[in-house]
Amino acid sequence: MYPSRFRYEAPSTVAEAVAMLAAADGEAKILAGGQSLIPMMKLRFAAPEMIVDINGIGGLDYHRADPDGTYRIGALCRHADLEKSAALADAQPTIAAAAPVVADPLVRTRGTLVGSVCHADPQGDWASVMVSLEGAIVAQGPKGRRSIQVADLIDGPFQTVLAPDEIATEAVVPAPRGARAGGYLKLERRVGDFATVGVAVSVEISGGSVARAGIGLTGVGPATINASDAAAALAGTVLDASAVDAAAQLAAEAAQPRSDHRGSADYKRHVVATFVRRIGAQIQRSEQEAA
Amino acid sequence: MALDEIKIGGLGASRRRVEDNRFIRGKGNYIDDIVLPGMLHMEILRSPLAHARIRFIDVSAAWAIPGVRMVLTGDMLAARNLAWMPTLSYDTQAVLATDKVRFQGQEVACVVADDPYIAKDGCEAIVVDYEPLPPIVNPTQATAPDAPLIRDDKTGQDSNVVFDWEVGDREGTDRAFAQADVTSTIEMHYPRSHPSPIEACGSIADFNRATSKLTVYMTTQAPHIIRAAVALVAELPEHMIRIVSPDLGGGFGNKVPVYPGYVVSILASILLECPVKWIEDKSGNLISTGFGRDIYLKGEMALRNDGRILGVRMHTDSDHGAFFSDAQPSKFKIGLMHSAFSCYDIPAAHLTAQGVYTNKAPGGVAYRCSFRVTEAMYFQERMVQAAASDLGMDQAEFRRVNLVRDDDFPHRTPWGFLTDSGQYAKCLDLGLEAIGYEDFLRQKAQARQRGRLLGIGISTMTEPLGAGNSREYDILGIKMFDSAELKVHMTGKALLRTGAKTQGQGHETTWAQIVAHELGIPAEDVLVEEGDTDTAPFGMGTYASRSTPVAGAAVSMVSRKIRAKARKIAAHLLEVSEEDIDWELGRFSVRGAPDRGVTIQECAIAAYSNLPDGMEPGLENNAYYDPPNLTWPFACYIATVEVDPETGVWDVLRVVAVDDCGVRINPMIVEGQIMGGLTEAYAMANMQFITFDEDGNCIGSNYMDYLLPTAWETPGFELHEVVTPCPHHPIGAKGIGECATVGGPAAFVNAVIDAIGDTGVRNIDMPLLPDRVHEAITQGHDVSGAPPVKTE
Ligand SMILES: Cc1cc2nc3c(=O)[nH]c(=O)nc-3n(C[C@H](O)[C@H](O)[C@H](O)COP(=O)(O)OP(=O)(O)OC[C@H]3O[C@@H](n4cnc5c(N)ncnc54)[C@H](O)[C@@H]3O)c2cc1C
Repeated sequence: MYPSRFRYEAPSTVAEAVAMLAAADGEAKILAGGQSLIPMMKLRFAAPEMIVDINGIGGLDYHRADPDGTYRIGALCRHADLEKSAALADAQPTIAAAAPVVADPLVRTRGTLVGSVCHADPQGDWASVMVSLEGAIVAQGPKGRRSIQVADLIDGPFQTVLAPDEIATEAVVPAPRGARAGGYLKLERRVGDFATVGVAVSVEISGGSVARAGIGLTGVGPATINASDAAAALAGTVLDASAVDAAAQLAAEAAQPRSDHRGSADYKRHVVATFVRRIGAQIQRSEQEAA
Repeated sequence: MALDEIKIGGLGASRRRVEDNRFIRGKGNYIDDIVLPGMLHMEILRSPLAHARIRFIDVSAAWAIPGVRMVLTGDMLAARNLAWMPTLSYDTQAVLATDKVRFQGQEVACVVADDPYIAKDGCEAIVVDYEPLPPIVNPTQATAPDAPLIRDDKTGQDSNVVFDWEVGDREGTDRAFAQADVTSTIEMHYPRSHPSPIEACGSIADFNRATSKLTVYMTTQAPHIIRAAVALVAELPEHMIRIVSPDLGGGFGNKVPVYPGYVVSILASILLECPVKWIEDKSGNLISTGFGRDIYLKGEMALRNDGRILGVRMHTDSDHGAFFSDAQPSKFKIGLMHSAFSCYDIPAAHLTAQGVYTNKAPGGVAYRCSFRVTEAMYFQERMVQAAASDLGMDQAEFRRVNLVRDDDFPHRTPWGFLTDSGQYAKCLDLGLEAIGYEDFLRQKAQARQRGRLLGIGISTMTEPLGAGNSREYDILGIKMFDSAELKVHMTGKALLRTGAKTQGQGHETTWAQIVAHELGIPAEDVLVEEGDTDTAPFGMGTYASRSTPVAGAAVSMVSRKIRAKARKIAAHLLEVSEEDIDWELGRFSVRGAPDRGVTIQECAIAAYSNLPDGMEPGLENNAYYDPPNLTWPFACYIATVEVDPETGVWDVLRVVAVDDCGVRINPMIVEGQIMGGLTEAYAMANMQFITFDEDGNCIGSNYMDYLLPTAWETPGFELHEVVTPCPHHPIGAKGIGECATVGGPAAFVNAVIDAIGDTGVRNIDMPLLPDRVHEAITQGHDVSGAPPVKTE
């Protein structure tokens, strides 16, 4: 487990980091929590010439709501910060449901949500959660800032549309149209296991019916899957069993799982549908309790 | 006034483990902590392919890297007659591949460099041109008529069969089946698993040209066997070889065999005349070193309607990988598989076994078990459950009817072992009571009506531990006895060394307790050392639960020799004849005048200062112990589970363990061993396996695919004990380190099968992955997980 030789830089501002990346001409990698990058370097699956460690950049470890309800998660906000936040649990039920099932407690104290999304692992939990929330990443490059929908950011396994000299500075969840509800269910065999299947369902309920819905799928395709047809089946409904059922079927169809040592493709599709139903039922129950 | 044995840390004291002081402070001395002056570092280049001919190897770019000191290939080794080495099972194994690679991860070349980073760079710079050959990943493929020959290096080997072996009474068993009311049959696979000690393997070879002495620091569970092996393989004089096994981060059988990394580091040190360190990484360990299990069973039981078992037939097909390097006693080709059914009273049994070569890593080791008894007991208890259900009989009752009764000992088992003690029915009853058997059955029936699937699984077994009686047990001809050497110093403190080698079992604590029990010297006054062949007495090492049964017995025996001499000294000091001396813990006294006495410590100083005429000075001795029999602990494990019918996910509700390992030396350590074993049992039932795809790629080569349970998902364990002392062990102890790994898995699997039983499913192969359970529930058929795995 000995990585190839690399240079190490630790900038203290985003601008400095961007400049270093630009100068490295595509041969540099950003180091956030290091929970994906370092294992890949140790296995020599990745051999960047330069590491730009952003952990010394101040002011990126936040997660907070704007007055209008827009939620922002900084590039150095750790999984554990999200897991432990009471404010987040109210404002962002899908994120709150996912945080305790991402990786294991050790990894969660270092790993970052933004890093996870940028890593674009098809088995990464956060990208599906963000997709279900219509979340976006704010990227800073030499030519300025841009916002990219997570659904558009990821364009393949471990591939994003980020330029090599761009840094994702934060993840943004738009303000809800109504009351937020949602959940994340993950089939794993033990803590720290990547998802055999993960399903994120997020809805915004206004006037008793679904104003917006999103469904993201983990581990059942070459990249995170945005099950938009399934989500559309929920929009405008009162989340009744038949609507949830229809969404469950469509989500299963949207999945593109492979048979492997974790389970057969058919089984994984079946679990996608089961999880959509279970989250739907959970939301229904908590709506009824609230009412 | 006699000493309080518990206070001095004797038998029965739950004394804290003395070794933990250094471990929890980070002051252990593991192989990678050892740094020698001028030490170089070695890395191994491994084959990416499972089966391929090597066309050529170009090492020139590696040699050109600054800091690379040596590049070794199979051809270089062949020139020194070292390209192949003997295995522990009378086969040969490639050290570095010359002709072909035969499994993914096989050692192809080694680079020695100034630091491990450069050594790794060197490995990456080596170019190997492979011509791929079709890979074989299971016995069916291996024995197919057109199967490619894996071991074309061996003259006379014209198939992939390693051995055909049989034991038992074929005719008697046929007769039993002819008389049977019901015949119960079942087929299953015990999947390949890996001991995966938290510390992988490694060595530092240090050859000193000036003294001609070779010192090898090495992660080995059996240092003396290694010394002999090195003497034979490297053709070095044995007295000039010193093997030191430092603190080991677990072994579980994985650190018994000789691995290519050890051999090449030794050669490199001899050639370069400086120390060479090789530290294996986790993937290297998982992909190339001694695995466990990987056996297929066809099992049949002849049953009478009243529940009695009349006979058992077993046929096993075992997958040994590319080289037959199982670590096991020479006489038994499939280990102690024929110890199956030892706890049941069965008139006739017959076992046939075939072993095959495949393109998988070699080294069927006794992964936390006594040579294949894990498979034996798993097969046994799965067959028992199937038989009970075929008879429509309660699974507890079926066991009760067939268990050997307390007054039947000594009992000849169906395959000829002699069990000597136990209270099987008592253990079973205790377990059933603890779990609330009848209540659970009611709960299960009620839950069923609401669509919930509850299940209960039982596993009862006795296993042969502590090889072990030198008539039958040897490795490469070396008899499996063990040894202890005790030196009592002038001040009554002592140094104890044994031929065993602790890897986490707590010998430093336990052995001192045996000395305390025998001599009354407080355990804290006894320093225990193991693992250095220049100082430790010859022994066969630690595996197969043999330490307490064999080396531990030697500790008792040497202590008794010391006591015998001390008695003579006491008689001299007390000026009475030896016959007039009484012994109580720690003290000799004059018979009839108990106030007149001397302590063992007073005898110790007298051994150096005031001896009777003609007596040899000193208070030191050694003992070699050849046990008259194996020890036979008994266990009853019961698990209850709930299966989610929609996803196939199952959760453990409760686990009850009743263990009878005879006299418990340190109850806390015994409980720790049981909990560790149950954790591994749960792991095997639930998640832990190595499989292969059709190209022979190893799936399970890292901890993302090879899952070990953590404290988060491991269930709680409720432990109970019954004590039936071993009749032949000096202090009545039996092995315990492996009982739960051996007996545990069947309890979990039986519970899941019980939960879904009315679907007609008889078997799901481990691990019981949710998709397999789901398939069984929804399709109503057995689910086998044999490789190659289904992939798209
Ligand atoms: C044992 C283990 C178990 C795990 N289990 C899970 C699991 O169950 N589910 C799961 O989702 N994840 C899991 N992970 C991964 C973990 O969540 C990672 O932390 C996460 O995927 C990456 O976040 P990071 O901050 O560690 O990123 P890093 O490892 O630092 O970086 C990952 C990649 O993203 C890039 N990157 C990071 N930050 C930025 C940025 N701000 N802008 C642009 N690019 C950036 C890096 O250059 C690198 O290519 C596991 C990891 C381990 C070690």
